[in-house]
Amino acid sequence: MIVLEKRPQPSRVWAYATPLVAVLATMIAGGLLFAALGKNPVEAIRIIFYDPLFGEFAYLDRPQLLVKGAPLVLIAIGLSLGFKAGIWNIGAEGQYIIGALTGAGIGLAFYPVDAWYVFPLMVIGGAFGGWVWAMIPGLLKVRFGTNEILVSLMLVYVAEQLLASMSLGLLKNPEGRGFPGSRNFSDFPGASSWISQDAGMHWGVVAAFIAVIFAYILLNRHMLGFHIRLTGEAPRAARFAGVNPSRLILFCLGASGALAGLAGLFEVSGPAGQVSIDFGAGYGFTAIIVAFLGRLHPVGILLAGGLMALTYIGGEAAQMGMGLPAAAIQVFQGMLLFFLLAFDILTNYRVRFSARKAA
Amino acid sequence: MDLSAINPILLVASLMVAATPILLAAIGELVAEKAGVLNLGVEGMMIVGAISGFAIAVETGSPTLGFIASAIGGALLSLLFVFLTQVVLANQVASGLALTLFGLGLSALMGQSYVGVRPPQTAELNIPILSDLPVVGPILFSHDPILYLSIAIIAIVWGMLKYTRVGLILRAVGENHDAAHALGYKVVRIRIMAIMFGGACAGLGGAYISLVRVPQWTEGMTAGVGWIALALVVFASWKPWRVLLGAYLFGGVTVVQLNLQAAGVAIPVEYLAMSPYLITIIVLVILSKDKSSAPASLGRIFHASH
Repeated sequence: MIVLEKRPQPSRVWAYATPLVAVLATMIAGGLLFAALGKNPVEAIRIIFYDPLFGEFAYLDRPQLLVKGAPLVLIAIGLSLGFKAGIWNIGAEGQYIIGALTGAGIGLAFYPVDAWYVFPLMVIGGAFGGWVWAMIPGLLKVRFGTNEILVSLMLVYVAEQLLASMSLGLLKNPEGRGFPGSRNFSDFPGASSWISQDAGMHWGVVAAFIAVIFAYILLNRHMLGFHIRLTGEAPRAARFAGVNPSRLILFCLGASGALAGLAGLFEVSGPAGQVSIDFGAGYGFTAIIVAFLGRLHPVGILLAGGLMALTYIGGEAAQMGMGLPAAAIQVFQGMLLFFLLAFDILTNYRVRFSARKAA
Repeated sequence: MDLSAINPILLVASLMVAATPILLAAIGELVAEKAGVLNLGVEGMMIVGAISGFAIAVETGSPTLGFIASAIGGALLSLLFVFLTQVVLANQVASGLALTLFGLGLSALMGQSYVGVRPPQTAELNIPILSDLPVVGPILFSHDPILYLSIAIIAIVWGMLKYTRVGLILRAVGENHDAAHALGYKVVRIRIMAIMFGGACAGLGGAYISLVRVPQWTEGMTAGVGWIALALVVFASWKPWRVLLGAYLFGGVTVVQLNLQAAGVAIPVEYLAMSPYLITIIVLVILSKDKSSAPASLGRIFHASH
């Protein structure tokens, strides 16, 4: 008979170990999945996890790690603040899209003015767009008690429709010969987020690192960060300690929205290059996995973002090299979250094997 | 623009078809939530149901077998949620999200060879005299069996929750799991069954989209219906008949919006297409003030410590 015994305190060892165990378990289960699809599992795992870092053509893949990792980390840092406090913004994908639209919109409005102030204005516009989009569920929750999970998610679908409308209408390239999509930012150096395309460096990467540092300071050295953690762990105690729940909700949603909007802007004006119907790539949803995999800790998120970026790059390589279906990578990423949640029991409970039957 | 092309009788009939997937998913989720479990994986279970039903219907040529397979598929996927939330006591919000993300990927993987395939047609009931009646005939008596099944499920769930001992126990578990446990009810076992029922219903709803409503398979084709179903349970304040009302309301919005697109109204297609989501938000705002009818143990983790 297996008995679960609640630990008086979450185990620190297991808190660090579960993500690693989960990654290993996902590799094994993923290998079985790939084998079931008729692919060599060992080779698939090697192509996904090893070759992009140390393989023959790794010098091409390593910069991509920054490009794919930056938006994931940026969004996940924002989400983790809310998740810590029990505020569930799962519409980051929508905030990412709106941030890209407002930021790119500002840039395109200046075209072809090539001045130093264009890009900073776009950055502000992107953050503001994401912030506004996240304020909708925020204000509705504070004012009417509406469920932020459902509202933020519904707004993703609204944002997707807005994106379609914009890339076919208002923001469409007037010289694009009728093709959907905006002007390409690579023809507009003053509004490009690239610092060095060969090194994979764009301002989003810089922003991601800054966000990690700020989040770390906020959570460990600042009263607001303490209130966030307190609200998540003991909501009643937080109220007695004078935490204003409305302000906290607005802060957490606003911060995650602004960061997601920034991620969208850096993506659209750099790696994606233009506003088009499918520039998103689902970073807003994958970032949820990144946030949990990083244990909602800034440094953890940085590592988890890198790992998840690796599965994107390696996944693409496996698609081209082995004909592994794109969806298999999606399943793989989903599995990771499953194993993580499942192994988390070891952090909070002690598993005992006892001979007697539970009373 | 030609609004006269919109036939009100066909409109009502297609409204019922558009509402059925939401209805099925929402009533399943209602039972799970009544037992105190918040399963945010409805979207994932729906899409897995959609592809498992589609695949089996295409392979066997029988829509009936397809629908059965979709219910099994949804229930099987919900077992993952069962494991996470009932066995290893993981957070229900996170587990539900995991289920949706995983289900979307899994369905895309399963559906690769089914893109562009036409499924066998689901036969409509054709009752000799009743179906030929004007107005009432097309609205009430010429749908497919699953649509009637969905209404029957509403009635059965309502009757079960209100009048039977099983319903009473289910509600007790959802209101106060510690008290229910103290009375000797098997909290975890009852919740597992409620979650699986929810999974089966969501799967059926998904297959209704891929086999009847569209009918075709495309990746991510449920497009948020599962999330609307979740909102609908709140909207209905956990009452079965209000789920029916709400589902038909949303079905109506969807159908009117599609008809306006077809009629070429001056509003751009994208803005019409976002209307069901916006209306969901508005309805949530109006109805979220009253939370008194929510099951008291909803979303809380149950661990019997002795």
